[in-house]
Amino acid sequence: MSARLLFFASLREQLGSSGETLELPDGVRDVKGLRAFLVARGGQWQAALADGRSLRVAVNQDLATWVTAIKDGDEIAFFPPVTGG
Amino acid sequence: MTIRVQTGDFDVGAEIAALRQGDARIGAVAAFIGLVRDINDGSQVNRMTLEHYPGMTERSLERIVLEAKTRFSVDHALVIHRVGELLPTDQIVLVVTAGGHRGDVFAACEFIMDFLKTEAPFWKKEQGAKGDSWVASRQSDDDAAARWRDKAV
Repeated sequence: MSARLLFFASLREQLGSSGETLELPDGVRDVKGLRAFLVARGGQWQAALADGRSLRVAVNQDLATWVTAIKDGDEIAFFPPVTGG
Repeated sequence: MTIRVQTGDFDVGAEIAALRQGDARIGAVAAFIGLVRDINDGSQVNRMTLEHYPGMTERSLERIVLEAKTRFSVDHALVIHRVGELLPTDQIVLVVTAGGHRGDVFAACEFIMDFLKTEAPFWKKEQGAKGDSWVASRQSDDDAAARWRDKAV
């Protein structure tokens, strides 16, 4: 099961990555599980993603929550609160 | 409904004229124009870069405009949002709503802006005397959007 990950704005800069295709490990079934998996990479991943309060997430281009389920082929984007307008 | 995300500027008069052209039902048009200021939270702003999430941005704006058209009596709606490099005094965003009467077009225009500010995936980075910094989200914007959730329409 694989997913396309995207990172935007300050989060993209902190991670030094705009995204990746990830083979999802067994047991990662929702956004919360995916974030925990990424935090466990340590370093800038832990620093940027550990505090979920300042993060937003979208699954397949719709705003999602930490308990939103993820499945094969999903596009999952993490980003800071939006500031357009 | 027209949704455009673009790097170039827009002509407010031409956009309004095109939106209501030949439609004699329209008795009221409301427009909001957002501009780049040269100061934010007390710091000088020399330049701004707007980033977005292509695909989700358009999808999010369409959903917001559809919700506005469900809640309010509006015949036409337009959203244009610029991305890329912008300078103080530049236009950033245009929202136009058109319908029979002013009450609904005013409300729909404000509704669209309030949710654009809190849900549409745009991010501003400002370049000033102190270097580059990402603009922080404001609680007042969240509060403005929350008002509509409490309202039964």
